Amino acid sequence: MHESAISGAPHAGGEGHSHGSEYHLAHHFETPRQQFDAGKLGMWLFLVTEVLFFSGLFAAYAVYRSNHPEVFVDAHKYLDKVLGGFNTIVLLFSSLTMAWGVRCAQLGQKRGLTWCLTATLICASLFLGIKAVEYTHKWDMGLYWGQAFAPVAEGALHGGHGHTAWLVYLSIPAALALLGFAVRAVINRVRGRQEAALVAFCLTLTALAFFVGVGLGKAVPAVTSKLLPAESSVPEAAPQHGQAAALPPTQQLVVGDPQAMSGISLTAIFFSIYYAMTGVHAIHILAGMGVLAWLLGRAVRGEFTDKYFGPVDFVGLYWHLVDLIWIYLFPLLYLIH
Amino acid sequence: MSGYAMPHDSPAGQATAVPGDNYLTHDRGLWSWVFTLDHKRIGLMYLVGILSSFLLGGIFALLIRAELFTPGKMFLTENRYNEMFTLHGAIMTFLFIIPSIPAALGNFMLPLMLGAKDVAFPRMNLASFFLWVGGAIFFLMALAMGGLDTGWTFYTPYSTTTSGTVVAATIGAFILGFSSIFTGLNFIVTINTMRPPGMTWFKMPLFLWSLYATSIIQLLATPVLGITLVLLTAEKLFHIGIFDPKLGGDPVLYQHFFWFYSHPAVYIMILPAMGIISELVSVFSRKHIFGYRFIAYSSIAIAVFGFLVWGHHMFVSGQSRLAAITFSALTFSVSIPSAIKVFNWLATMYKGSISLAAPMCYALSFMLLFGIGGLTGLFLGTLATDVHLHDTYFVVAHFHYVMMGGTLVAFLGGLHYWWPKMFGRMYSERWSRIACLIIFVGFNLTFLPQFLLGTRGMPRRYARYLPEFQSLHQMSTIGSLVLASGLFLAAGVLLYALFKGKRAPANPWGSPSLEWTCSSPPPAHNFDSTPTAGDPYDYSVNEYSAEAEGYVAVQK
Repeated sequence: MHESAISGAPHAGGEGHSHGSEYHLAHHFETPRQQFDAGKLGMWLFLVTEVLFFSGLFAAYAVYRSNHPEVFVDAHKYLDKVLGGFNTIVLLFSSLTMAWGVRCAQLGQKRGLTWCLTATLICASLFLGIKAVEYTHKWDMGLYWGQAFAPVAEGALHGGHGHTAWLVYLSIPAALALLGFAVRAVINRVRGRQEAALVAFCLTLTALAFFVGVGLGKAVPAVTSKLLPAESSVPEAAPQHGQAAALPPTQQLVVGDPQAMSGISLTAIFFSIYYAMTGVHAIHILAGMGVLAWLLGRAVRGEFTDKYFGPVDFVGLYWHLVDLIWIYLFPLLYLIH
Repeated sequence: MSGYAMPHDSPAGQATAVPGDNYLTHDRGLWSWVFTLDHKRIGLMYLVGILSSFLLGGIFALLIRAELFTPGKMFLTENRYNEMFTLHGAIMTFLFIIPSIPAALGNFMLPLMLGAKDVAFPRMNLASFFLWVGGAIFFLMALAMGGLDTGWTFYTPYSTTTSGTVVAATIGAFILGFSSIFTGLNFIVTINTMRPPGMTWFKMPLFLWSLYATSIIQLLATPVLGITLVLLTAEKLFHIGIFDPKLGGDPVLYQHFFWFYSHPAVYIMILPAMGIISELVSVFSRKHIFGYRFIAYSSIAIAVFGFLVWGHHMFVSGQSRLAAITFSALTFSVSIPSAIKVFNWLATMYKGSISLAAPMCYALSFMLLFGIGGLTGLFLGTLATDVHLHDTYFVVAHFHYVMMGGTLVAFLGGLHYWWPKMFGRMYSERWSRIACLIIFVGFNLTFLPQFLLGTRGMPRRYARYLPEFQSLHQMSTIGSLVLASGLFLAAGVLLYALFKGKRAPANPWGSPSLEWTCSSPPPAHNFDSTPTAGDPYDYSVNEYSAEAEGYVAVQK
């Protein structure tokens, strides 16, 4: 009984022959098609595990929101819809640039791919910059998680607060990246290593985008607070809970039996869930940025052709999932009313 | 040429490696192992790792049983005793039994059974192994730092308020979870995309069906454990309030999250074991497996149903009546596919040509011991009886019967079955069967009394007990010594074979499955070219050859 030839491409075969290398065909795959199919299935399965990983958090959200709906309605006023909405658009746009990048890879357009990957990285960085402002703004106001929740007693919800150094601390890695990549770009350019210089330059732009995000995060509330009707600090938009409406803005809802909860406010739970969900999401953005940077390096070196573009395709799937998770997070956290 | 069976007419795919050159000798040096991408070497490293973990977990078990020889204190304080059973459970569950068959035997055999050169993602495979090692290191740290006494289930509120080393252990379990996830991912993609020509889904060996179902569970359930442990650690370190009632949280929510993974986890433990039994029963009855499709579908059914029954661990945690009834009914239904398998194995044996080789002895032990374990699960799934039996020794006996009498026994059977393939050596049949007998007797002596202890009211996780339970406890402790000696004997037999065993032919047992078509041990690249698969249970294709001292293809 002879084995039936499985070759799809003319150079199928077990070992890594010289022709196999331009397809980056691994030794254990018979054909490039098999390799691509395996990679695609593998990435989809990984995305399924990511969905299940987040599902625990969504389940916690569901449980607590159904048990304490008034807490969630009240607490969401601490979140800035405009910044959240802007972040949503930024991520959606990044999904567009990513998908565009996949298309460029499939057509063998190296320059297009390079710029699309860079644009995706820039969007991600912008997102993180705005997130940094959101987080540090809350920490300035004492809006931490769980037991640490200690809102500033007086002062309005937006504006007028003491600054802590948190934003500076969070910016340090970005600043280091900016400096590091800029220096690398210049050095590589001078030494004639064009490709490495290009990668470093793109990553410099990425690091810069973080600060653009921070700037936008600071500027936008200042702008919108002048344009939009002042967001009332009393939760009147919520269905009238007589008690809630009567309370001053910064007085939180406390559980009926202060002894049982030692006076801790239930809004703290909202923030625990908020930080857990957006924090885990942000970690996934960071990881995605790392992988995108790796792809960028490979793309600039010309490793992707119209015959071999699997990695770009698969990272694109991952990036779309990260975007999709944010699409769920945004209304669930920011748009409760 | 001594020993290697080389049929005159090599069937397609037969490796034509240089005699003596195999995956063990192909590359030398420590780094060739640390950075290997060869699934066989990775499987071997896993084997060493998990057997070492089994030894460590077993030592804790012996300490527990020693302490329980008398009702009062033997040598452990209550707190120390709590640490013993916590570490025993955590090490056995996370470091040994969940990885055991998939990572050690599965990694080695899956590509060979598919006639493939490796799994779909060899580097991810190596990463899985490194993650296992990383998780093991964290567990050992938790051990060294001491104080971990929450039980392997890490229930809140104790786990979040105690000063013990919960964080190190949960980080370890988190890392191990990813090892499990990536292995599952790898196996699913390999089975989906790398089957050889002729091997449709229903021509796969049943061991691969079981690995596939296991991998589905690993993929879907383990991430939920991951996020649970993240939340537990966040609760402990940052007091986020999700499980702490003083902060508005709910400790029972932890139980739901935890058991949503940990119940499917027990099916991760048993499904590959059942797959091995399917192979052993068929080969050593020299008869086509009976009810192939039933067995294949039942594996998938167990995987699916296993996700729906987690509440049966929480019948006394304050569930609503409706929830309790639903979970109980579903628990009963999940036992059906398992029973279907047992009936099919028995039907396979009927009128077969049975040879009581060591692997078959283990397979027969499995069928009895898993049968007892599974049936006693029904008592626990029944609401009225569970109220009395929950957190007693009945539960302990039940899960040891299924996990140890089930998974471990099947693991040993598979190890004895594939040992000649992995190392090219045959072991002493007589001594391996004696070891199996000692293990069987020791196991029953250890755990059968525990059913009685449970029904008579002895609670689990207690260092001290009423004097009326002493004789049963002593029986159990003596049994554990017998069991331990049987296990050491089995290990000794296998290890001795590595040095003094007869050289193994390619196919000592006569299975038509593809892993037996390459030499023992296999060459580094498994097969020169992808073989064409036939029916893995069609025994007419090979026959025993006295000259080769093994089975060779029938000359057409």
